[in-house]
Amino acid sequence: MINFTKYIWLYFTISAIVLLSGAYSLVRFGLRPSIDFVGGTLVEMRVPSTILSNDISASAIAMGMEVSSVQRSGKDTFLVRTKTETDLRVTMLAQSIASGSAITVLRKETVGPVLGKELLTKAGVAAVLAIAVILLYVAYAFKSIKYGVSAIVALIHDVLVVVGMFSLFGHFYGVEVDTLFVTAVLTAMSFSVHDTIVVFDRIREYLRRDRSRPFEELVNVALTETMNRSVTNSFTIIFMLVALILMGGDTIRWFIVALLIGTISGTYSSPFIATPVLLLWHKWESRKNKG
Amino acid sequence: MFKTPRAIFFWLVLLSVLLVFLDLPENYRLKFTVFGKSIDRVINPPTFRFSLFGSRIEKQFVTKLGLDLAGGSHVVLEADMKDVQAADRVSALESAKEVIERRVNFFGISEPVVQTSITENAYRIIVELPGVSDVSQAISLIGQTARLDFREFLSSATASATGESTPSAFIIPSIENTKSVGIIGKDLKRASISFSQNTGEPQVAIEFTSEGSKKFSDTTTRLVGQQLAIFLDDFPITAPRVDTAITDGQAVITGSFTQDAAKALSLQLNAGALPVSVSVVEQRTVEATLGKESIVKSIRGGIVGLCMVALFMVFQYGKLGIIANFALLLYGLLALGVFRLFGITLTLPGIAGFILSIGMAVDSNILIFERFKEEKRAGKPWHIAMEQGFGKAWDSIRDANVTTIMTSLILYNPANLAVLPSSGLVRGFAATLLIGVLISLFTGIVASRTFIRVLYKERSNEVTK
Repeated sequence: MINFTKYIWLYFTISAIVLLSGAYSLVRFGLRPSIDFVGGTLVEMRVPSTILSNDISASAIAMGMEVSSVQRSGKDTFLVRTKTETDLRVTMLAQSIASGSAITVLRKETVGPVLGKELLTKAGVAAVLAIAVILLYVAYAFKSIKYGVSAIVALIHDVLVVVGMFSLFGHFYGVEVDTLFVTAVLTAMSFSVHDTIVVFDRIREYLRRDRSRPFEELVNVALTETMNRSVTNSFTIIFMLVALILMGGDTIRWFIVALLIGTISGTYSSPFIATPVLLLWHKWESRKNKG
Repeated sequence: MFKTPRAIFFWLVLLSVLLVFLDLPENYRLKFTVFGKSIDRVINPPTFRFSLFGSRIEKQFVTKLGLDLAGGSHVVLEADMKDVQAADRVSALESAKEVIERRVNFFGISEPVVQTSITENAYRIIVELPGVSDVSQAISLIGQTARLDFREFLSSATASATGESTPSAFIIPSIENTKSVGIIGKDLKRASISFSQNTGEPQVAIEFTSEGSKKFSDTTTRLVGQQLAIFLDDFPITAPRVDTAITDGQAVITGSFTQDAAKALSLQLNAGALPVSVSVVEQRTVEATLGKESIVKSIRGGIVGLCMVALFMVFQYGKLGIIANFALLLYGLLALGVFRLFGITLTLPGIAGFILSIGMAVDSNILIFERFKEEKRAGKPWHIAMEQGFGKAWDSIRDANVTTIMTSLILYNPANLAVLPSSGLVRGFAATLLIGVLISLFTGIVASRTFIRVLYKERSNEVTK
């Protein structure tokens, strides 16, 4: 048995550092919303290797387009983001950068601003609903609201980690949050609970078996025994995700990064956030009952 | 049939063989030489054709790819319902959809999808055009309000027609040989299908607005005995003869309509009659090559990741790891088979959901094997430790997967609740995650347990009893 609970404050400190830097970035820089949320036009084009991003933005500005960014997305591909533009103007832009058919427009997206807000609201509603359902289910399965709330605290921790990190990525690498990001956050939520339940299940089992042992000791035994499984399991998922980040298509790269951060945070939060919260709550409750 | 582990094992093997056929790649050319005989043929997944209760059923097992993978255009149009009464909005949207569908079909695009989506106060039409990368023209045509136009023949056209031998000669109306009489879609209040009181044949009844009635009355008074052509989007749909002046704003179009044709016409007229204008709120175009690139890359990444997972499992659990990999293989075959069977459209987020569910499938095995190790450490004989490992791991597998299933159901939003997401991307993800988790419960528990019971042997560590 390893005395995990001795270092509760260390775990909280580590989380606090990650969460606070994310929160600082969120307040200071916010997230970079993609056109999915604010509307506009996104064009991905393949250009001859002699063309630089400056050439593209110069041509676009010369046409009177309001360019918000020109970004390299691959060896010879660029992402151009502008205020809403028509297809015709996009074709004209491609021709003005390099005449003839030297430029291929690979992807073209135009989104009105209404849809993004709607999607966010709906995803928010879905998330709150999912949290409520999970809370109820965990509280029911473990016969105590303490377990439900602790699992949700870990879940919110993981969501904040992912969102905070993407705020930092947005600031430093120009990463945008889009519909896929919303999906990734929702996945992180479900993975977080999935992982927490495995640890809680072990605590529940020992509680049933031996009520006389101190709760803290039970928690430590449970953590020791589930640690191997937690790490092994996360490794399998991390292998998959890292392979996809390194080799997968460009369009889903940051989506997979979000999933990866969610997986790591989700694995970390089960023994080091959810369980300590449960333990502290338990201690506080027994102190209250005594006093 | 499923009494003994051996029997279940037999069925699982049979299922796997069946699935291999179902999951065969599409249009894959196989060329190799074996024992001096050269084999060269194109492999395709099977197609089933059979009759069931008189109706012919044809089922082709191919993987449906979303527009982000196969390439194509995705357009979302929003109808402006400001001037439409609340009660008429749904039917107005339906009619607009009919018109757009007709226009899309006119382009000869294969397998277009046109569907409506109503959320709170937004009335939308989603148009998916596979393989179309130049949508500007398509959109300009789709985006217009259906235009209804009543036109009379130019005197020159009728003159040449009556100049022919028969006075009843029928001229095909066109934009060139007709001119507008000034009655447009707005003047039409409603068109509906009705049945002639004399012949019982289907006909289309038109009702004009008060302003429209006046115009129509003037026009028909002027044109008695002549044809009045009705155009929709510059295409003639019918050209009935005016028998008498119509002054009450009610008219019927008769002809030898079938019921379907009359219904279609009334829908088209309604569409033209609707002052619903639509605007493009979202438009995404993916060139097929980009989709192909990302699918090839993602599949390659996925395969490499899977191999690493498989190696890791063998490294961690030895022989048990190999068995877990067999269960994982069955999992992959089953999932692909289910995607094909139910026609689940695979999108990029869908593939990600699938990968995540692979992680959860492996997790079930890891939980069981860790339990097995523990029980063995406690001194139990291996086969008892194994059975108990399954039993004890079940609680956490169940609780963990139930929460994932509930989350994916909320994301998939099967009841189409207006407050929850209904975006195709989120749905694609939720669908594969849900299917993946359900299948992983089967392969992680039933299949791997059977494989172990039949294939796994360990030297007994029982000492004495």
